[in-house]
Amino acid sequence: MKWVQKYINHITGVSGFLLLTATASYLAGFATIQEVALILATFIAGVPIAIKAIQALRVKAFSIELLVTIAVIGALIIGEYVESAAVTFLFLFGAYLEARTLEKTRASLKELIDMAPQEAVILQKDQEVTIPVEAVQPGDKVIIRSGEKVPVDGSVINGRASINEAAITGESVPVTKHKDGHVFGGTIVDHGYLEVVAEKVGDDTTFAKIIELVEEAQETKSKTEKFLDRFAAFYTPAVVLLAVLVYLLTQNFHLSITFLVVACPGALVIGAPVSNVAGIGNGAKHGVLVKGGDVMDRLAKIDTMIFDKTGTLTKGKPEITGIKTFHEEGEDELLRLAARAETLSEHHLGRTIVMEANNRGMAITAGVTGDVIKGAGLIATVEGRHLLIGNAKLMAKEKISVPSEIEAYAREREKQGNTAIFTAIDGKISGVISIADRIREEAAKAIAAMRHNGVRQVIMLTGDNPHTAKLVAERLGLDEFHAELLPEEKTAFVQELQAAGHKVAMAGDGINDAPAIASADIGLAMGAGGTDIAMETADVVLMADKLNQLAHAHALAKATTRNMKQNTTFAVLTVLILLTGVLLGSIHLASGMFIHEASVLIVILNATRLMRFGRPAKERDGIPQPAI
Amino acid sequence: MKTIHLKLEPLTCPSCIKKIEGTIAKMAGVTYVKVLFHSSKVKIQFEENLVNPDQLEATVTALGFTVNAAKMM
Repeated sequence: MKWVQKYINHITGVSGFLLLTATASYLAGFATIQEVALILATFIAGVPIAIKAIQALRVKAFSIELLVTIAVIGALIIGEYVESAAVTFLFLFGAYLEARTLEKTRASLKELIDMAPQEAVILQKDQEVTIPVEAVQPGDKVIIRSGEKVPVDGSVINGRASINEAAITGESVPVTKHKDGHVFGGTIVDHGYLEVVAEKVGDDTTFAKIIELVEEAQETKSKTEKFLDRFAAFYTPAVVLLAVLVYLLTQNFHLSITFLVVACPGALVIGAPVSNVAGIGNGAKHGVLVKGGDVMDRLAKIDTMIFDKTGTLTKGKPEITGIKTFHEEGEDELLRLAARAETLSEHHLGRTIVMEANNRGMAITAGVTGDVIKGAGLIATVEGRHLLIGNAKLMAKEKISVPSEIEAYAREREKQGNTAIFTAIDGKISGVISIADRIREEAAKAIAAMRHNGVRQVIMLTGDNPHTAKLVAERLGLDEFHAELLPEEKTAFVQELQAAGHKVAMAGDGINDAPAIASADIGLAMGAGGTDIAMETADVVLMADKLNQLAHAHALAKATTRNMKQNTTFAVLTVLILLTGVLLGSIHLASGMFIHEASVLIVILNATRLMRFGRPAKERDGIPQPAI
Repeated sequence: MKTIHLKLEPLTCPSCIKKIEGTIAKMAGVTYVKVLFHSSKVKIQFEENLVNPDQLEATVTALGFTVNAAKMM
């Protein structure tokens, strides 16, 4: 039996060749050769079908193979050799084509799996040893060179490299990693050298979890699929009953068997799932994890989009937006001195100043003395100079006079959404450093695309002050914003909208927004390189934290549900037309089988269009348009 | 309780799911079975003192499916 399965393609080929021989003999007038070729073809192609039918029968399953076997035996008995040969061949050939095209819709998942690392080079007693990736243990020192795959999740302890993280984030722009940086298994070192301590290995890596999520997601059924399942449960016995009825009415065994075979809901059964698989696969390739067909359904239907502010609409990482000096020190000198002083501080604004100095290529060394004053700033001595860095309160407390034009400048900066930090050197005010959390560059475009695709209102909820919130909301042209909210108030707001009949999607950065994300119709989380909590709670995870991925996911969901509807409609129409044709006598077993197989192929091919979804549009302007 | 993942030849007919799930579920010691159709995998949870992985694999093979790889979780 294994042998038969292994050579099934050859069997199909031989049967096809015999059919051709039969046709040629018929044209040449060799009736005997024609008949022998047809009977041979029927047996060669019929045996594998019969084997499958018997296997299914043994576990008491009623299969299409059984119907075909009965039909073929019937055709042989009444001497319809052309029909029996054509039907068996078409059945095998159809299955072959289905397998080939199904492979295509599954290709995106396979591409992901193929990205999985196979080997790792680890350091054992200062010797480099190559071992299979499954053998790596947490704590092992792993070495990765240019062009190699990172085999595990871990922390960099040595070296520097530019890494392509597309396997995790869908973003192919390389990122640089150095000491203390975190690397993910499945990503590729573009160039450089890294020594990494393995933290998560094998099935615990983010990459393995993504694969598992996508695999599970492809099995989660959409509403349409669930409906079709129920439909099939009622449809199959109904068709059998009808076939019996047809036999009783017409006394035509052949016709009723034809009816049974043709009525088999092939395209109907496969139409909706292939759309989903292709859609989910497309998402995974673009760094969007959509957790199942039902999520696709709900995501396509949303009319209200809610965003958290910090970390979602904004980058969540403060940056220096301006340095203004009022003293003899230049901008860079002021930054350098401030950065040295801030090495004392653990505050995120202080770190932002140090990071900016590093980014500008300054070597910032510690070794300064001073005090951090909580909620105000710090006082430090740097290179013999006395530095004060902090808010207006600190300046007042330390009796530094702030001229009115500097105060006006600081207030102006604050109105624009910045935090203004005063610096004073040796008792005199010397500058103002503005720090702000920037709006993501792609936010405006992504919101526009979502509105274009049918989202009616876009709302922002934030725990931040109304001042900053208003600024962000105005800049992005949001419909509403609500500031100074606690997590439970965000949740209540989502539930109110739902009670008012809206289909709500909530996007947040995963942790503090988790309750609101969980109660929305669709919860979207910024994956931030795959935090477990985001991957678990949300329905949709954006692996690269990019809002255009969100717009892509929304457009993709619309396209997927549309594709599914096309397939279902097409399949139902085909079955109806076929059955009518059979009853009217204009469609016979072979032609019915042909149309049936063709319809299955058409729905699969239609679904494969989804795999290309968003590609040309992405190259054009970064926003996927609903093209399907 | 153990879990095994069997990787099969690419599955093409949705009715294979019922065939495999139905048969495996009836085996003694099997507490959970799920066929991942699109990834052509079978996930089985079982009591190792009642049934062993080889028996599970043999059953799937007997149903007419080639098992390409088996992995204990």
